Amino acid sequence: MTDIAQDTAGSAIGGRVKGIPSGVHTTDEARKRLKKRYSMEARFKAYGIGAIALAATFLVLLLYTIVGSGLPAFTYNYVNVPLDLSAEKVDPANPAGASYNTIIRDGLKAELPFASDRKNRRVLYSLVSSGANVTLQKQVMNDPSLLGETGPVAVPLSDFADLYVKGLITQQTEFLPSSAATVSGTEGQVTVTAEDPEFTKILASLKTYYEREIELLAGKIEARGRSEASVISKIAGLETRLAGEKDPLVAQRLTSEIEGNKAALVKIIAALEKQKAELVTLQGHFDNVAMGGTLNANMPSFFIEVNGGTIKAENVTPTSVTGTAFIPLASQAAVPAGQWGIKELETPESFRKFSDKEIAYTDYLIAKGSVENEWNSIFFSAGASREAEMAGIWGAAVGSFWTMLVTLSLSFPIGVSAAIYLEEFAPKNRWTQLIEVNINNLAAVPSIVFGLLGLAVFLNVFGLPRSAPLVGGMVLALMTLPTIIIASRAALQAVPPSIREAALGVGASRLQAVFHHVLPLAMPGILTGTIIGMAQALGETAPLLMIGMVAFIVDIPASPVDPSTVLPVQIFMWADFPEPAFQQKTSAAIMVLLGFLISMNAFAIILRKRFERRW
Amino acid sequence: MTLEMTTDTLSAVDTTVNAPPAVSPEGETLKMRGRDVKVFYGNKQALHGVDLDVRKNRVTALIGPSGCGKSTFLRCLNRMNDTIDICRVEGNILLDNDDIYDPRIDVVELRARVGMVFQKPNPFPKSIFENVAYGPRIHGLAQSKTDLEAIVASSLQRAGLFEEVKDRLDEPGTGLSGGQQQRLCIARAIAVAPEVILMDEPCSALDPIATAKVEELIDELRQNYTIVIVTHSMQQAARVSQHTAFFHLGNLVEEGLTNDIFTNPKDQRTQDYITGRFG
Repeated sequence: MTDIAQDTAGSAIGGRVKGIPSGVHTTDEARKRLKKRYSMEARFKAYGIGAIALAATFLVLLLYTIVGSGLPAFTYNYVNVPLDLSAEKVDPANPAGASYNTIIRDGLKAELPFASDRKNRRVLYSLVSSGANVTLQKQVMNDPSLLGETGPVAVPLSDFADLYVKGLITQQTEFLPSSAATVSGTEGQVTVTAEDPEFTKILASLKTYYEREIELLAGKIEARGRSEASVISKIAGLETRLAGEKDPLVAQRLTSEIEGNKAALVKIIAALEKQKAELVTLQGHFDNVAMGGTLNANMPSFFIEVNGGTIKAENVTPTSVTGTAFIPLASQAAVPAGQWGIKELETPESFRKFSDKEIAYTDYLIAKGSVENEWNSIFFSAGASREAEMAGIWGAAVGSFWTMLVTLSLSFPIGVSAAIYLEEFAPKNRWTQLIEVNINNLAAVPSIVFGLLGLAVFLNVFGLPRSAPLVGGMVLALMTLPTIIIASRAALQAVPPSIREAALGVGASRLQAVFHHVLPLAMPGILTGTIIGMAQALGETAPLLMIGMVAFIVDIPASPVDPSTVLPVQIFMWADFPEPAFQQKTSAAIMVLLGFLISMNAFAIILRKRFERRW
Repeated sequence: MTLEMTTDTLSAVDTTVNAPPAVSPEGETLKMRGRDVKVFYGNKQALHGVDLDVRKNRVTALIGPSGCGKSTFLRCLNRMNDTIDICRVEGNILLDNDDIYDPRIDVVELRARVGMVFQKPNPFPKSIFENVAYGPRIHGLAQSKTDLEAIVASSLQRAGLFEEVKDRLDEPGTGLSGGQQQRLCIARAIAVAPEVILMDEPCSALDPIATAKVEELIDELRQNYTIVIVTHSMQQAARVSQHTAFFHLGNLVEEGLTNDIFTNPKDQRTQDYITGRFG
């Protein structure tokens, strides 16, 4: 320390700094330091690349999941069957009054004439959407040329049938047997007998099922056995205490306790016996499974497809299958190898909401070419509905549009004017500083608080309509304002002061200097802030819940004062519904929301580019 | 209220017209007069009572070391200091016979009469035409588009830029070279027909050739305008100015004919500065 001080004191102007030897940058130590600096730089770069790669991975993952599960909802399956729309059924003078349900049912009946009894018909009718009559009515009203004749008209399938056609209900595997087969009949109970043991696959599946059941039951029996032993030891303990007990009252209590335990023991033993008997039966089935067995609803289902009919396998031996013909066979003729097949439906019938019979009927319609996959126009044109197949995103999208329009037209002018005043005109004193701090604080206020404010002020004090995009837009504008003000002030600050001076120097007033020169230069930055604010507002749910935009609204809002909902709230609601079809719609709606966001941002970016190019 | 204001302003203008213009001992008209001008930035005093006259149709150069207050004084002459919140000006500055710090004086009108060219060329990021046309347009100097085009053309011509840019008036002014940009700024300043042009080190960001052009221009402009120029270059002051004022530490040390100042300074500090001993 002293040395350095002395050296510095002794150094002359323009001379070498004392205490630092010459050639200091070429020593080994210096080289080491340099190397360390480079390796630090390399490490930092690696961290950066790693961070970006991680972010990109998650983004791709997110998009993949959403697009993967949402894309199927962009199309829908329609059943296209000839429908009788003649004057007899539909009064041409009053097409709205016809019974379209009957027309659709008659059309289906004609397609599947074998579904004759009431039970089968009910299954058949359940294949089309419960809203199909409304769709058909609309179709007829829009296109009266359909009237007066019997022609193929597409009506939507039910949501489960649609999911089945899209392969989202169960996995299917088909086997092609290598030997010929004979059938015992065409309807009702039918036995298919193959020359070779073709059905061992079914029996193997049955065996796996028995194995699992036996294991499960054995576990249960073991648990019951343990509880039996513990009850027995408890009784023994109680009896010992009873033997040594003097107090008659306590003795009485002990006696009743022993009796209760004994009764429980009897029940346990009975249940145990029953389970053991079950186990024996299962074991018996399992031992004989090579010889044959009976299928049930807790294991995969098997269809035998032969002679144009479908038989659901019930009793199986290695060479024969007996079951109900869901679709009657065209003939009783023997079938050569390769002309018939076995189809496995992996998800057990009791685990799905679409029964084997419904699957058989749907497959029949598909085989006839009556089911067609089309662009899901209902999803893109309808409002909310409790029926998954009738629910659409359009109501929410229009609601979002109105809300964003109100938000933008309030927050942009107010935010930019506030920023200009604070930045260019307001004196810099304690008050403006206080305002500045509070604006920054407002940007961090949880959005639900703005919702509460909207509820208390806009709805209760001003009496504005509930659930309306007008109020939603006002609440979101409050939320967006701080963002826009902060971004706009930063953009205004970034404009070089020389531009202001130049304008003032030729005699422009301050307002002219700002509006003619500073604001246009700050506009790209202001627009960037606005994009961020609007994107935030578009994805916001919480404040809108407070002002009732979570309502179930079927109609498309025609103006900002009509009740409506917005995209993120719609997604939130759909995510809550139990129907699997709504899970698809949730993802599809997220895609629509992202599309909305991207197009909004693209518009703003184009606008920004134009501003940048003009100057 | 508005009517009253108008009457007041009119009476102020009337006195201007009626009062005889001030003249220097040599008989030259004094365009601007500073009397005991003090400037404060917050608590710091930047100018300690400056008395300086600006003669009509002459170039007055303000010289002095950095931080001596010459730019501050210059910016007082068209109230450019108003844009700085903490800046306070005391004393009187008269343009002809009007006190420019009088509350009845409109600052916009003042700046139209006293134009300014800045140290760094600062054209608007607009076309060359728009740069020059902006001033006349906001002051309503042109009745028609043809008028405006004529004003722009003659301003560019007087700034010696017209020949270079006449074919590309629609191109952005920021695309010109540094010297051209500065001449564009001069054209912009003279387009609003000012009486006085203030120049704050107009050549400090330019190369010698561009500097020579601008200096030539300043000499020509002297025929029609009164010019006050701040410069760091003593050669420049000697070349372009007829009067020179030397500032030091917020005081006006010496002023007089440029020739006298450079050949026969009265003050030791001036002597030291112009011979390069400090600064």
